[in-house]
Amino acid sequence: MIARINPFAALEDIGRRRFILGSGALLSASAVALLAGRPALAAEYGKKKGADTQSDVRILNTALGAELEAIAAYGVGAGSGLLQKPALDLALQFQGQHKEHADVLAKTVRKLGGTPTEAKARYEFPTDQLKTQADVLGFAAGLEKGAVSAYLGAVPLFRERELAKAAASILGDEAMHWAILRQALGENPVPAAFVA
Amino acid sequence: MRCGLAVALLAAQCSIAAASTSVPGDPARGAAIYDRCTACHALAYNRTGPKHCGLFGRRAGSVPGFDYSPAMAQAKFTWNAETLDRFLKNPGRTVPGTTMGYAGIADPRERADLIAWLRQATTESPDCRRH
Repeated sequence: MIARINPFAALEDIGRRRFILGSGALLSASAVALLAGRPALAAEYGKKKGADTQSDVRILNTALGAELEAIAAYGVGAGSGLLQKPALDLALQFQGQHKEHADVLAKTVRKLGGTPTEAKARYEFPTDQLKTQADVLGFAAGLEKGAVSAYLGAVPLFRERELAKAAASILGDEAMHWAILRQALGENPVPAAFVA
Repeated sequence: MRCGLAVALLAAQCSIAAASTSVPGDPARGAAIYDRCTACHALAYNRTGPKHCGLFGRRAGSVPGFDYSPAMAQAKFTWNAETLDRFLKNPGRTVPGTTMGYAGIADPRERADLIAWLRQATTESPDCRRH
């Protein structure tokens, strides 16, 4: 049995933590800086804390935007009539997992005081190039491969280490999607020891 | 004499450094590197990131219909090999506030390859010719 986990569970109270402990620490640091006769340093410290959170929110929102697009893409694939079982079941399962990613990313953005990116009213996909099941699976595999690279490029940027860990958890899931799609296409599911 | 030798050595070092940074990129290798961009970008249409057709010579933050970050919308540079190299090395440092949440490509050779591919693909590919 596979246990369902929430990679962002450690962040459930991050907003509160930053609000209570974070602001407490900020006040202490500000007080220390003011006591040291350096109000400019105190102001800079406060600005830096805010900038860290804003940076994390921007990264999370970009990831959320990509997840929302993936949900729409799998919707197009599943509704195309080109996918037969069991590929159709896979597409719906993967779409469900992208929805879980999107939900938790949106919640985390809110906890950090940001506004989550919303799904676009309309997405552009190369539907004129999707004529067979293999075309749809290949398109999905390309999106998943790109998503792996995107999360890999985002992980080192998070100021909050727990966010980096949670993003790496999503990266692992998307790498599995990519491998399964390659397998379904008759390709080597794991073509290299490293992803880039 | 010693001063002259030092200048000559410095000039030689500079020319070696210049040569190492001006290695022409390989577009074939760049195509594979572009796969990393495809979570958010496409050549011919806007996605989470803006489309790339027509990239060279375009002012940053100016693709019609794309919702840029304020930072990129206000950027005052034009995309060319030099600005792309700087941005791809570290997007967040080059344009602080960009929504491109990507650490960047540290290897100068990989950046050169990607830029060489972008130069071809954004002008000559069928996708870009159609749009």
